[in-house]
Amino acid sequence: MQIEEMRLDGNAIGGLLREIFTVEMTSAVGTCASCGAVNEVGRVQVYAHAAGTVVRCADCEQVLMKIVRGGGRCWVDMTGVRCLEFVLD
Amino acid sequence: MLSWQFCTLAEIVQETPRVASLYLDVPDWQGHMAGQHVDVRLTADDGYRAERSYSIASAPADRRLALTVERLEDGEVSPYLVGELRIGDRLELRGPIGGYFVWPGDDQRPLLLIGGGSGVVPLMSMLRHRAGIGSTVAARLLFSSRSQADIIYRDELTRLGSAGDGLTVFHTVTREKPAGWTGYTRRVDEAMLKEVAWPKQDSPAVFICGPTSFVEAAASLLVAMGYEAPTIKTERFGATGG
Repeated sequence: MQIEEMRLDGNAIGGLLREIFTVEMTSAVGTCASCGAVNEVGRVQVYAHAAGTVVRCADCEQVLMKIVRGGGRCWVDMTGVRCLEFVLD
Repeated sequence: MLSWQFCTLAEIVQETPRVASLYLDVPDWQGHMAGQHVDVRLTADDGYRAERSYSIASAPADRRLALTVERLEDGEVSPYLVGELRIGDRLELRGPIGGYFVWPGDDQRPLLLIGGGSGVVPLMSMLRHRAGIGSTVAARLLFSSRSQADIIYRDELTRLGSAGDGLTVFHTVTREKPAGWTGYTRRVDEAMLKEVAWPKQDSPAVFICGPTSFVEAAASLLVAMGYEAPTIKTERFGATGG
């Protein structure tokens, strides 16, 4: 199977992101640290078939976030996100 | 805070040989928006857990929460949901989830919905919501299925499409050419979208949902035809779901 066929989008991690940030995040707006593209989280590319979840920019495909969860802990690498804007409850 | 909660299966409707709608009683359900999904979690006796997302099929005002699930033979979760789960059984879910792929109902832009297979599910929630609130926003659904027998919600879509409230339903089937069939018999392509899609100057709200390759092909065709990418909202199911 081609890796492209396994690609999901930000909708697929709505539950995971809400666990981390506690609020609705698919309509949050992120700025890519690589290309500066501003996209709603629902639009970004998501690869969730490996041990961790990899989130990539919808425009330049650079890595925005890596999320690994296990053993009651969560690791969130947000090196690729310059800014994340979201509505508080 | 998003918490896992138990609900009870109240009714099963077999939509096609491989697809069923599960009508659930969810205590203290907070309500949802058309297009949102829930996460479903199964826990084995040894503690192993599998989690999948399923789109909500029911309208916000419906009495019960409905999920429509396609049974994938090599899946971890769907063969349990469609085939094993019985009325009265409990199921663990959390939601509603999502705020991007949603149609709020007060959006007056013409609506273009493009669904592939079970990708029609969140679009059906939108159409049920539209009918329920008496919206006459012009709407078109382009629904791609493998064969006539695989068309989910076929009768209800016929009903909704003939209600005279501004909805037109277009079908295409990709793996057969049935006798007497008046719909399309090929994959979604530019010629089809030129016939079905609202002119781009009408600034339609576009929602596309289905397998990743289907969604990306349809979205790319629309962008190539000059539609603004940010007005095209997509939801990819991946290759298989589960």
